[in-house]
Order: sequence, then structure tokens, then C-alpha cells
Amino acid sequence: MIRILAFMLLLPATLPLAQASDPGSRIWATGGVTTIEGSAGGGLVPWALLSGYASDEEWGGTLSLSQANVDDYSLTVQAASLNWHNRVELSVARQTLDLDSLVFVLKDGFGIEQDELRQDVLGLKVRLFGDVLYTPWGQWSAGVQYKRQRDFTVPDTIGARDDSGTDLYLSGSKVFFASLFDRNLLVNGTVRATRANQGGLLGFGGDKNNSYEFMAEAAAGIFLNRQWLVGAEYRQKPDNLNFAEENDWWDLFVAWVPDRRLSLTAAWVNLGDIATLTDQQGLYLSLEGSF
Amino acid sequence: MTGMIRPNTLALCLILFVSGWITGCQTPASHQNDGFYDQLGQRSGIADIVEDLLFLIVDDARINQSFKGVDVQQFHRHLTDQLCELSGGPCEYTGRSMRELHADMAITDTQFNALTENLILAMEKNRVPVGAQNRLLEKLVPLYPDIRNL
Repeated sequence: MIRILAFMLLLPATLPLAQASDPGSRIWATGGVTTIEGSAGGGLVPWALLSGYASDEEWGGTLSLSQANVDDYSLTVQAASLNWHNRVELSVARQTLDLDSLVFVLKDGFGIEQDELRQDVLGLKVRLFGDVLYTPWGQWSAGVQYKRQRDFTVPDTIGARDDSGTDLYLSGSKVFFASLFDRNLLVNGTVRATRANQGGLLGFGGDKNNSYEFMAEAAAGIFLNRQWLVGAEYRQKPDNLNFAEENDWWDLFVAWVPDRRLSLTAAWVNLGDIATLTDQQGLYLSLEGSF
Repeated sequence: MTGMIRPNTLALCLILFVSGWITGCQTPASHQNDGFYDQLGQRSGIADIVEDLLFLIVDDARINQSFKGVDVQQFHRHLTDQLCELSGGPCEYTGRSMRELHADMAITDTQFNALTENLILAMEKNRVPVGAQNRLLEKLVPLYPDIRNL
């Protein structure tokens, strides 16, 4: 949380530089925010939206810092993205999972000294067709996330097969204007093929299941006005390791988008059981700047 | 690749069901003549919005070139009538069709977004409630393929 605050204090200093040109022409909040894997979306689920505000003759991008503090873990994510012509999104994210209380379990039970698990995610998303606001069937995108787990001792010990993996996904997003209470409604559905354990932080494949599986993910949110979006997300997860059961994720979020340069997202996340520690819930905060 | 249905797929179905139900409510009938035109300030309110929109367009380097040589008086009257008619008011748009008007203009998404943004800002300046703004945008979105010449 401290790091997010420090980042916020730095932002105003950079704003005058950005004043020269707007981050892009797409309508406010239609770039979504940055997921924990670096792709544009909500917090946990990638959406068909491409990051930032570049429209068809522009380019742009985002920088973001996110943190989730659940009962026994904390996850920090630094991410950056580029958007070319609202057609191609490139993203990179560095995740650091602080193991907090699991450190003792690992030391006493396995003789392993490890206090964090890190993972890098390289993302590519292509908008296939449609526009989230303007076309009847919404916007459809396909994406790839190449993930590299950088501290494999723990995942290796608990039965994971690989320290890197690739997720493939297809996403559809659409805004329905003047829906509930005449507010605009954003709906998103994503199908992901993956072998990742806990998103990849616990490696890829495992002793229970080692093959790709299709996972369903969804999100819906209501724009209270053009600056405030409230909603929920759900992300189905594989369960590849005998060591501990893996649960689906969900969150309730509120995003504040005061203008195109800045967004701040707060969420209540429920990550279920993680590596034998049960019912991991907590607060998620994410700050994003667009250029 | 294998696919499995898991218990928590229920949660997913719930989200999609609720979303579908919400959008299912938005039938055209429920949107007719229930204060939407009045919330825009009727024809005179719409005329003010269009006037502010024109000022914003003139200042907007993304689109002001496309409006060069346009008869401003006629443009103002036509667009006011069009928005008045779309919002259920007693007006009739007598200009040419959107597709015919924009056929040779090669409007880009960037330009379409710029105009949408300026319209929203003009409505905000005239204190149009968010719900009424959304209702007008809902009526305008179907014009997208005609204006982009898709």
C-alpha cells in the first residue's frame, strides 16, 4: 500500500509533461484498467478492451501498480502496456507474491527457505473485430499470456511440472447503453485455455492434471456516470495439484476514472484456498496512469 | 484439451444471467416518451446543446477540418431537429441520410470518438442528467455504420 501511495505522489509531477497531448481519443474508461497479469481488463479477468485510449490513428499505453492483501499473502504487480491503433496491445507484468505465513510451513515442513514467489507475464492481445460501444455484437479480442515463474523450488516441491506456460484466451465485451436505471452496463465474457496453477505463481501443470483445460471467466459492471464503474468478476480455475485444492476467484470492484490519465480501482477479492491456507480474502488496490 | 463443468460455474452463470436479465429489460417500448425529451430541455435545450457542441468542434483539431465550409446555421438546425426527433420530440429531420452525407468523408474511429466525446461534454455543460445522456447515446449508436461508411 505504501508503494501505491508513493506512486500517487509521483504522478502529479509527471502530469504537466503529459498535458501536451491527450492519451488518446477513445471514450473515458473504455480502456478498462490493468489486470494482475498486465492485460487490460478488470482486476482478475482480461476483457476484450485494449489498454489506454489509442483510437484507430493513435498509439498509447499504461503504467500501473497493483496490490492485493489477502489473509495470508500479499501480491504486488507492476505492469506496463502499449496499444497500437486500438488493434494490438502488448503488455508486461512482474508479480511478486509475499508468502507471509506460508514461510513457516515451508521451513518446518519442507526445509525450504523461500519468502516470495515471482512471475513475469508477457501479454499480446489483438482486437479481432467490433467496438465495445458502437457495434451490435460488441468487441472481440484474442490474447496470449506467456508466463515465466522465477522461483520454482516451491512449485516443484508441491508437484508442478513446468516453470513456464502460455495461456490463450478469447474475450468479448459490450456496453449496453441506458440499461438498468438508464445507466450503461458493461458485460464481458472470456474463455481461457491454461495449465497454470494459481495463475502460474505455483507453476504449470501438475501431478493431478497436466493438460490444458478451458476456463470460463466473466465480469459485469454498471457505470454510475462516466467516472465511476462498479461491478463483479468471476474467474474459474484449474485444480492440477494433489498437494492442495485450488478454488475459483471472484471480486467486487469499484473503479474511479477521473479523466483519461488516471484510474484508481479498489476491490474485495476472494481467492479461495491457496497452498493449504484457506479462504484467502482481502483488499485489492490498483493505480493506473495512461499516456 | 478437456473441459469440465465445476460447481462454481454456477457463479458465472449467475453473473451472465443477471446481466442478460438487465439488458433484456431494455425493450424499445419502455423507452418511449417518458421524460427523456423533456430532460434534454425539449427543442430549445437541444438547440443549446448543439450550439455548445459546435463550439467544441471548432476547437477540436481532430475533427474541425471535416466541418470546413459547412453552413453552420443549416447544420445547427438539422442536427437539432434530428436529436429532437430521436428523443421523441415533435420535430422532423429533413436533411439527407447519414450514409449519403458521410459517404465521401472517410470518417475514422478517432473522429467518431471525438464527436461522441464533444457531444457528452456539451450535454454535461447543459446539465443533462446521466440517464438522459445515455438514452440519447443509445439512439445515436445505430448511426455508427452509416457515418463510418461501413
